[in-house]
Amino acid sequence: MAGHSHFSPANVEEHFDFTSEGKKRIIYAFIAGVVALVVGIYLLSKGEAGGHEVAAAGHEAAKAGHEAAAEHLSGGAVSHQAGAEEHYDWTNRIWANVWLNAVFFTGIAVVGMFFVSLQYLTKSGWSAVMKRVPEAFPKFLYISLPILILTFFFKGDVIFHWMHHGVTEIGNANYDKIIAGKSGYLNKNFFLIRLVGFGALWILLWNMLRKKSLEEDLNGGTEYFTQLVKIGTAFIVIFGASSSIFAWDWVMSIDTHWFSTMFGWYMFASWHVTTYAVIVLAVLYLKDKGLMAYVNENHLHDLGKFMFAFSIFWSYVWFEQFLLIYYANLPEETIYFIERWEGHDKIYKASEILMVILNFLLPFLVLMTRDAKRTRIFLKIAAFLIIAGHYIDFYQMIMPGVVGKHGGYGLVEFGMVTVFASAFIYVISGELTKASLVAKNHPFLPEALHHDI
Amino acid sequence: MSSTTNYILGVYDDEDEVLHAVGEVKAKGIKIEDVFTPFPIHGLDVAVGHERTRLPIAAFMFGTLGMICALSLISYTMVFDWPMIIGGKDFFALPNWIPVTFEGTVLFTAFGLVTTFCISNDLWPGNKTLPLDIRTTDDKFVMAINVDKNKVSAADIKKALKESGAIEVNVK
Repeated sequence: MAGHSHFSPANVEEHFDFTSEGKKRIIYAFIAGVVALVVGIYLLSKGEAGGHEVAAAGHEAAKAGHEAAAEHLSGGAVSHQAGAEEHYDWTNRIWANVWLNAVFFTGIAVVGMFFVSLQYLTKSGWSAVMKRVPEAFPKFLYISLPILILTFFFKGDVIFHWMHHGVTEIGNANYDKIIAGKSGYLNKNFFLIRLVGFGALWILLWNMLRKKSLEEDLNGGTEYFTQLVKIGTAFIVIFGASSSIFAWDWVMSIDTHWFSTMFGWYMFASWHVTTYAVIVLAVLYLKDKGLMAYVNENHLHDLGKFMFAFSIFWSYVWFEQFLLIYYANLPEETIYFIERWEGHDKIYKASEILMVILNFLLPFLVLMTRDAKRTRIFLKIAAFLIIAGHYIDFYQMIMPGVVGKHGGYGLVEFGMVTVFASAFIYVISGELTKASLVAKNHPFLPEALHHDI
Repeated sequence: MSSTTNYILGVYDDEDEVLHAVGEVKAKGIKIEDVFTPFPIHGLDVAVGHERTRLPIAAFMFGTLGMICALSLISYTMVFDWPMIIGGKDFFALPNWIPVTFEGTVLFTAFGLVTTFCISNDLWPGNKTLPLDIRTTDDKFVMAINVDKNKVSAADIKKALKESGAIEVNVK
């Protein structure tokens, strides 16, 4: 009503131009990331080499401490930390960072597909104006999934306790009864089958959806929409299973002894809200370029509501997982939080607190009012907070189990995330140029253009 | 709505007409008190120029009050008045209290908000507010203009309402 221009969507086609200047800027960021990474790796190698004697001197004390801890926490639960000590090599932190970023950005890529599928499944109208943005995200799966597969294949024993040598071999010094009991599920072949199989399904369904969506632009007609609904529904079913399975595989199995029945939800919630933040930033970036003028504050309001709601959803899931473990107080469960709260010389405690502030408290307060959700600067602030917070969330999930007390926020971490983020932006920008920014023959486009809340 | 106020009512029988009429009447510098309709009309509140409700601010305040009350009650009973060890936790076991605090926050917000809404809309029990025109509960749309709050003369208001498509113009 209030001053909407009536323009016919049929003659609107808008293309994002990924200029050479823009490309250059992202490549510079990439190079800066690589430089930081190389310097970080160099410092890491020096630091560890220089620290050896100190480590040896402190070994006795550490050993005594471990025994005390083992007694206190009744057995098996601690042996992971001890195991990580034995296997630790300074390069482990690099592989942990590769794994962390690959998991994080795979999530953003695949939830882009999930978002579009969800819009089709629920036959939502409002999102038709901006669905091309998340639709481009899964392109990054072509990079992140191979990284996951290769890292797992060559360096899996660094990341996963259950891949350590001899843990399932009876009679081996490293034999671990609990892990041996899980080896029917957690073994190299089955893990790879799941990773490759579901990954291939994701990419296949995304290609189908993308193809139909682009054909709809050319030919129009509602039959594409019904086909897209079917593809979206198939993806949701597959993603429902695979997101949980990958949460157990990629992240939860790092702490092999520990398990949580809420973990699939928890990791999905983290991926989900991060992707909304990325969608918001991408849409606002395009709007700042003068594109997507038809995305007005009503659509931004909806995206803001999603960010707000799923920040709270994440907080709920994270807190419920914590509360149940805290309340029940079972040693094999509490070890996970003890490790993050007071384990490893307390290096993870600060980020654990920071994470809850960034992921719950600040988005909750910043995005609470209607006006904030309709104002670009507040959306941007909240989106950056959420992305940073959930990166730390994944850091907290992965790092303590892989590198233990050797972790930290160094140049390796900042370099690696810059490399991955700039690669992600580069790939997504390239994919965005391949289609009109508005799905001009989407049957719900007129409804979306008149969206008014 | 006391009896001393002086209303001119334009009666319309179509929602699109009343929506357009609002714009036309306002363009003539006439201030509209309110528009009464049998069902919500999309965009009417914006067209009339009503201020946005401040209920969300009240909601936040009630929620904060609820949170404070819940935390105070739990900490008084569980920490100060009769300390109890439950599950080997500290007396001040904040995580355990969060679910109840959440419920307290929601409860205060819900009751507080409904009460505020009813008071601000004169909807307390026993209050009888007669509609300006009983047909707004059926199939008519009524635009109410308070003559005392307008600089435009009553005759001009009546004329403007007629011109904007009102099927009747009444004085109340």
